[in-house]
Amino acid sequence: MKQNRFWSFLFLAIGVLYFLLPLIGTFEFSLKMRRGVYSLDAYEAVIFDPRFQATFGYSVMMALATIVVGVLLVVPTAYWVRLKLPSWRPVLEFVTLLPLVIPPIVIVFGYIRLYNTSSWLPLTGTAMGTNILLMFGYVVLSLPYMYRAIDTGLRAIDVGTLTEAAQSLGAGWITIMWRVILPNVFVAVLSGAFLTFAIVIGEFVLAALLNRPAFGPYLQLIGANRAYEPAALAVIAFAITWGCMALIQVVSRFAPRPPAQPH
Amino acid sequence: MNDVTAAAAAAPPAYRPKLSFAWVGVVPFVAFAFLFLILPTLQIVTGAFRNPAGEFTLANVANLFQPSILSAYWISIRISVASAFLGCVVGFLLAWAIVLGGLPSWVRSPLLTFSGVASNFAGVPLAFAFLSTFGRLGLVTLILRDWFGINIYAYGFNILSFGGLTLTYLFFQIPLMVLIVTPALDGMRREWREAASILGATGFQYWRMVALPILWPTLLGTFALLFANAFGAVATAYALTGSSLSIVPILLFAQIRGDVLQDPHLGYALAFGMIVVTGIANFVYIWLRTRSERWIK
Repeated sequence: MKQNRFWSFLFLAIGVLYFLLPLIGTFEFSLKMRRGVYSLDAYEAVIFDPRFQATFGYSVMMALATIVVGVLLVVPTAYWVRLKLPSWRPVLEFVTLLPLVIPPIVIVFGYIRLYNTSSWLPLTGTAMGTNILLMFGYVVLSLPYMYRAIDTGLRAIDVGTLTEAAQSLGAGWITIMWRVILPNVFVAVLSGAFLTFAIVIGEFVLAALLNRPAFGPYLQLIGANRAYEPAALAVIAFAITWGCMALIQVVSRFAPRPPAQPH
Repeated sequence: MNDVTAAAAAAPPAYRPKLSFAWVGVVPFVAFAFLFLILPTLQIVTGAFRNPAGEFTLANVANLFQPSILSAYWISIRISVASAFLGCVVGFLLAWAIVLGGLPSWVRSPLLTFSGVASNFAGVPLAFAFLSTFGRLGLVTLILRDWFGINIYAYGFNILSFGGLTLTYLFFQIPLMVLIVTPALDGMRREWREAASILGATGFQYWRMVALPILWPTLLGTFALLFANAFGAVATAYALTGSSLSIVPILLFAQIRGDVLQDPHLGYALAFGMIVVTGIANFVYIWLRTRSERWIK
């Protein structure tokens, strides 16, 4: 076992080195804007850049809209399929896996061809329409994560009994969804939501090809034209991703445990 | 919209005596999936087999077999294979170290959390991180030059190249492998190892004849998943290399923006080729995963 442990420490050290070096390197680089001394100039330049504020705000709004629409779409569907149409589950699982199979660039290519100004639904004709199209695109990208998170949440509760109990107390479908099912899977919804947020906030391909002023294309633009600001932006982006994952860890402590099972 | 309702209506099983309207509940989801996932993809796939007049043709797909496009596919596939292979090997060793390697138990949880973060830290910021670490003025480049006298750029290393892109992709490939393979290693029963050693197997024989055959579908399947993951990645490569490295996603990006191939239908065929490659890789992943689930529960 002693020999074993030596190799484990070696692998771990290599891994830690590989993952820490870029983070340290980025952080160090982001402090070097002022010649000779470490300073926060690059962060200052970034945060007070009006385009940063505008694009970041846009992407935050986009992420929030994506989460709301995604939850409204996935929670009732996953619930309904569990309750009434169990034979549909494989179909749902397959469809929600597709966004991992079809590269996002192909999906957005399809959008541009399908919803251009001369089509039956000219979404790309107006800014608002394009925003909606982009948001739907983000919902598609987040489907694999959202569906899996919510389906896991639904597995932990007894959907059938809860529904019958609510119905015998006179609740309608909307009351059941809003006051019984959603509170019970709220933790799962939250972890899906944070993951969606982390994905949408820096997304580049969809926003760039649909020509929307989102954070991802702004990052790319700064990267092509500046030296130190990109490093500061990378640190900020990493902090956001880290924050989202930390929040998932925190909320998952409050998740209801599934009923005791053999494994 | 007709085909949407038709597909939904065909679904309830015929043997049910009472007419059920339960399918109505999934109509919004099915409609959404058709409009924003299935139809756009079909649009590209059918476009790949049509000429500008709308007639069926194989010419677009045949046109893919020209040197510039083939070389783009080739370098894409090479980068994806290299980063998937190295990601699998390093990720497996890391997972082995935390599960079976006798490391202190407090290492495990932070490492898995970090893997969750790093596997989602892709795109433009990742490119920035590697530029400011391995770029010409990056931290590692400078440390190696000033402390050890090794100028990696003099040895032909370039972050804007095959090797550089592979090194960068590993940052999200390794953590993904760790996340997938750790549960599989957890599922290896202690009894298997004990049974093998009672029968006189050495550690090497145990790995070769028991552990690896059980893990094999997981490893190969994850390799396919990592391959597809790297093959479809656009943002990191674009932010890192601009358009200096001609890989398929970047070529397609340029084609969508400005029709650089001067043939819209060739663009469809290019996208169709991407779906075929990632589709095969994902099919292999799903097929092998169902095989591995027989053993590891």
